Amino acid sequence: MKKTERRTCRLLPPLVLLLLVLFPGNCHAALDDGFAEGIALLASKSFAQKTEGAEKIAGSGDKRTDKVLRAFLDGQLYFTKEGQVLVYGVPGSDGLQVTDALIETPLGIMSADQLNKITINNQLRGQLKTLLARLSLRSADPAVRLAGVREMFADITPETAKVFDDLRQTEKDDRVREALLTALALAGVRSADLAERKKGLVTLAESLDPEVRNELTRLIGEEKDKTLLQEAKRSLGKIEAKLSWYAKLETVFFGLSLGSVLVLAAIGLAITFGVIGVINMAHGELIMIGAYTTYVMQLLLPDALGVALALSVPVAFVVAALVGIAIERSVIRFLYGRPLETLLATFGLSLILQQAVRSIFSPLNRSVATPAWMSGSIAINPVLSLTINRVTIFVFAMLVFAGLFLLLKKSSLGLQVRAVSQNRAMARAMGVRASRVDALTFGLGSGIAGIAGVALSQLTNVGPNLGQSYIVDSFMVVVFGGVGNLWGTLVGGLVLGVANKFLEPWSGAVLAKIVILVFIILFIQKRPQGLFPQRGRAAE
Amino acid sequence: MKMKLLKMTLALALLVGTFNTQAALAEETIKVGILHSLSGTMAISETTLKDTMLMLIEEQNKKGGLLGKKLVPVVVDPASNWPLFAEKARELIQKEKVAATFGCWTSVSRKSVLPVFEELNSLLFYPVQYEGEESSLNVFYTGAAPNQQAIPAVDYLMNEIGAKRWVLAGTDYVYPRTTNKILEAYLKSKGVAAEDIMINYTPFGHSDWQSIVADIKKFGSAGKKTAVVSTINGDANVPFYKELGNQGIKADAIPVVAFSVGEEELSGIDTKPLVGHLAAWNYFMSVNNPANAAFIKTWKAFIKNDKRVTNDPMEAHYIGFNMWVKAVEKAGTTDPKAVQDAIIGVAVPNLSGGYSAMMPNHHITKPVLIGEIQANGQFETVWQTSGLVAGDAWSDYLEGSKDLISDWRKPLSCGAYNVVTHKCSGTK
Amino acid sequence: MTHIARILKDDRPGAALLIMLLAASAVVPFCNLALAEGNPLHLPTYSMTLWGKYLCYALLAVSVDLIWGYLGILSLGHGAFFALGGYAMGMYLMRQIGGRGVYGNPVLPDFMVFLNWKELPWFWHGFQWFWFAALMVVAVPSALAFVFGRFAFRSRVTGVYLSIITQALTYALLLAFFRNEMGFGGNNGLTDFKDILGFSLQEDATRAGLFALSALALAAGYLACRLITASRLGMACTAIRDQESRLRFVGYRVENIKLWVFTFSAALAGIAGALYVPQVGIINPTEFSPLNSIEIVIMVAVGGRASLYGAVAGAILVNAAKSWLTVAFPDAWLFGLGALFVFVTLFLPYGVVGLIRKKGKRS
Repeated sequence: MKKTERRTCRLLPPLVLLLLVLFPGNCHAALDDGFAEGIALLASKSFAQKTEGAEKIAGSGDKRTDKVLRAFLDGQLYFTKEGQVLVYGVPGSDGLQVTDALIETPLGIMSADQLNKITINNQLRGQLKTLLARLSLRSADPAVRLAGVREMFADITPETAKVFDDLRQTEKDDRVREALLTALALAGVRSADLAERKKGLVTLAESLDPEVRNELTRLIGEEKDKTLLQEAKRSLGKIEAKLSWYAKLETVFFGLSLGSVLVLAAIGLAITFGVIGVINMAHGELIMIGAYTTYVMQLLLPDALGVALALSVPVAFVVAALVGIAIERSVIRFLYGRPLETLLATFGLSLILQQAVRSIFSPLNRSVATPAWMSGSIAINPVLSLTINRVTIFVFAMLVFAGLFLLLKKSSLGLQVRAVSQNRAMARAMGVRASRVDALTFGLGSGIAGIAGVALSQLTNVGPNLGQSYIVDSFMVVVFGGVGNLWGTLVGGLVLGVANKFLEPWSGAVLAKIVILVFIILFIQKRPQGLFPQRGRAAE
Repeated sequence: MKMKLLKMTLALALLVGTFNTQAALAEETIKVGILHSLSGTMAISETTLKDTMLMLIEEQNKKGGLLGKKLVPVVVDPASNWPLFAEKARELIQKEKVAATFGCWTSVSRKSVLPVFEELNSLLFYPVQYEGEESSLNVFYTGAAPNQQAIPAVDYLMNEIGAKRWVLAGTDYVYPRTTNKILEAYLKSKGVAAEDIMINYTPFGHSDWQSIVADIKKFGSAGKKTAVVSTINGDANVPFYKELGNQGIKADAIPVVAFSVGEEELSGIDTKPLVGHLAAWNYFMSVNNPANAAFIKTWKAFIKNDKRVTNDPMEAHYIGFNMWVKAVEKAGTTDPKAVQDAIIGVAVPNLSGGYSAMMPNHHITKPVLIGEIQANGQFETVWQTSGLVAGDAWSDYLEGSKDLISDWRKPLSCGAYNVVTHKCSGTK
Repeated sequence: MTHIARILKDDRPGAALLIMLLAASAVVPFCNLALAEGNPLHLPTYSMTLWGKYLCYALLAVSVDLIWGYLGILSLGHGAFFALGGYAMGMYLMRQIGGRGVYGNPVLPDFMVFLNWKELPWFWHGFQWFWFAALMVVAVPSALAFVFGRFAFRSRVTGVYLSIITQALTYALLLAFFRNEMGFGGNNGLTDFKDILGFSLQEDATRAGLFALSALALAAGYLACRLITASRLGMACTAIRDQESRLRFVGYRVENIKLWVFTFSAALAGIAGALYVPQVGIINPTEFSPLNSIEIVIMVAVGGRASLYGAVAGAILVNAAKSWLTVAFPDAWLFGLGALFVFVTLFLPYGVVGLIRKKGKRS
């Protein structure tokens, strides 16, 4: 008896494995053997043997299984060089925190060369995920169960369907139950029985899951029954319609997100260019300074990347603003009233700043980490998910805009800035220290550029060329929106972003950009002062 | 007034003068030109290669130089400006009289200097993987040709991963265009249907990947195993991988194999979300053998930075430089003509544990390695060709070039010989 | 003739420049070709082509100075006209390669063969004839400038708005020419030229000829611009620069004046581009880059705006500085170039020639 049991356990086909997981207790006698054999196989160099080992471990039903496989998947499973003990190794600041995996006792800190890592490749990674998914069907966490069910959509068979059906009876969570139902319906559609297929189709009718769509497409290709074929086509049609609606929604999101990046990049320019009339070609480099500030902050706080990122916002503002004020005091103040000369001088400055960054930080790109709370995405439904970093940056851009807007409209500095930009002589006559206001305004615009750099460091390269890739776009946004109008920059940036994203699917990324540029050229002919022209005397 | 005229003439004459001052050449030195951009968009990649060359030359001088003479590097900055590359090349050859030049990264920079090297008959060692379709008497291609990188990578994905649907994503320039043309023909010859291939091009420095990554995700959800072959260039990679990570495309679902992402590029990316994505190269820093360990040690000491990484184009320069040294020693002179003859067949150790030889078509033999990205920014070799692969100047999968071969040995001495019409094209 | 003499009498530096250019067009080829290598007066080919290149930039700078210095239009997209002229010439040179390309295709350029183009796109026809290419060198940039200017000046787009949309124009063209589908060779552009009008481009004699041609073209271009600025039209231009609306009230068709001068300037830029391409051996989309166009404006500013000869001096000075610094200080040359731009704008508002002019007045 014992012998046959052991053999069954060793040759576990996935189905039995699944049943085993679902009904633990049937195969207890052989458990320790399967687990130990599996572990022994992990020491092999061959990925095929490792896979076998992982399957054995999964089939053993041992309670350490889940933890071992998960550590394996995360690349935190090692053998000690001395004694070949299976251990977990969690990287810390001064080596690896090592724990014995079998008896779960800490073994202290070891360095990487005392351990042999159990390497993993993509196939193995995929298999581990499936194994874990199967194991997780009984997990206490509904989210884990949901992921487990979804993971198994692709290879569901009539036999596994039975298990799912049992699970459904006891399942309490709505979303998991729904997923189970979808799985069952998928099995139904795949069944040879016409009635089953019909029943399955009714359930699948409006599911957005990509697996469902593939299944329906397959069904339409193969189905002989006319009414069912008709039904399947109608279902697919409905799904397609929903998909295209969500695709549009997604495009709008993409567009707004691109637009918010443009707004962030341009809004500092809207101040220096729009309010005090300086064509600041070094604007891009101020953005770059902000991005490098983030990099330095993360270097200073290596254990708290998220905190470093949040702190970077004020620090980058101050650093970029100080650089800006230095530029204003040393160069630009001698050039007021000659906007084109400022273009030349600031172009020279931008070359100097770029080379300075190259000399200090090397010409290589620097790596800025994305904290955990900014990575991943929020899944609205199976086809629409919003990436968290983009959402964060969109919200951030709106906050920066609102803050800047309030500053200019409500604070006394804002009042002075507006006064000087509208009528310099009159403002001075009223006692405004115009040159101080100039410096502060330029500093403000530069500081905002620095903040934009913090945001951009989360999306793109942090390198010496960062600034150059945004400068032309920034000018386009400001001019399109209307020089000297913050609302113009906001609306202009978002409109250009959304338009770009709607053009992209049918024209490709390059043509979309060309079309946008040509559109701006033509638009300026129609409205030479941009979307929101300045009114009154200041316009002249 | 006359004074002014005189002044201007003087000023002009002075300017002309500065360009004519021929530095008096001491007999006991050999000059080596280094033509890599140190500013502009390409500085990111090329500065490292300049430093590599300086290191190699320094090491060679420690060993007593070449032919008993000291090697002197001549560094110029072509500033990522293609016409400037041609100007600087001419300056290196005609004014500085360099014996050989090591340089260029982009195809366009190579195309720009090519006529100059041919006209003045000087030697260029080009260290970067490229699209092939070229073989010049004056250029030695030490980087990978498409058959040394792209085709083995696709074979790996097809046979080992079981990929059935393919996304060929690239930056819109000649290297991705040609590589994708070759791969498309290759995939079709293996029975992949046209609707299972998606080709996408983006401009240089493309930074907003949202829609394209979403498209890849949709393309990959059709039930067949999907793989992405990326010929996306340098700067655009960081935002591309960030977007992949954020949209949840994991390497085990849709693996991305890249041809332009090496250790250097990864050092500028947070690699945690990228673990398991692939790259195909002829060398990885993680390759474990004594030659490589020594090279890495020398490099870290030279650059005085323990964190710096090594990469494939650096190895290509290492191979190219040693081949040149060996060929010069064999010929007993740095005269380009003699070196051109001597270098064919020269074999030197590469850093992946074997020997690379210069073939008659001026390409070299290399092993092909496929590596998976690790969390520490290194690659782990998961597959490797059993032997060496010889670089193919003319692709067998392109309409125009499948009949062409290149052989610079006498009596053929031709870079583009048509085996059907028996004509040598591309001659003056 | 007497008219020209009279004008040049008022423009002594210009006259000197013309004499120098005429002399150079004869002396430089002589020094390069007739004098042997060892001769102390021998001029290496390398220096000659380099100077040929500077002269092309000088012509481009003159064309920018004409509209910026005298008409007040700051074009941040003049590189586009230069590049279009260059592409027209490049297409001619490409067609001249004929069957000598690596694939031996008698009609299609190499880059089309390996990207599987089956036949020549329509816009490549005609470029096998030099006269047609020469016509296009002038016609394409002028046509673009005419259409663009007609729209822009009629809707009275001025100042920075105009500058930014010229930038948008060149940026859009940059992206367009990068696309391989356009049939202009994509990022690689056009290269590997063999000969022009039957003369091999690798011959020193051809190079000397091109240098002489560039010198003469610059001389002619300079003279033409000077004739314009010294005429009634030129005075109207200056008036537009200083008080556009007043001139409009007086009854001048301001937009027409702007349009014609702008178009003429674009044509000059096109010619400069056409001469530039055979000398550097490559034309590719980076010539459209907005930064290139800004650099041209800076050349004019460094030399001195609104003097024409200042533009020539600036172009030569900036490019020579670049050539020298990229070799002498390859790691730090951008500091020098950047500092030069800042220094000139702060301390030499009239550029380098302003410095000489001031000194001249003092003495």
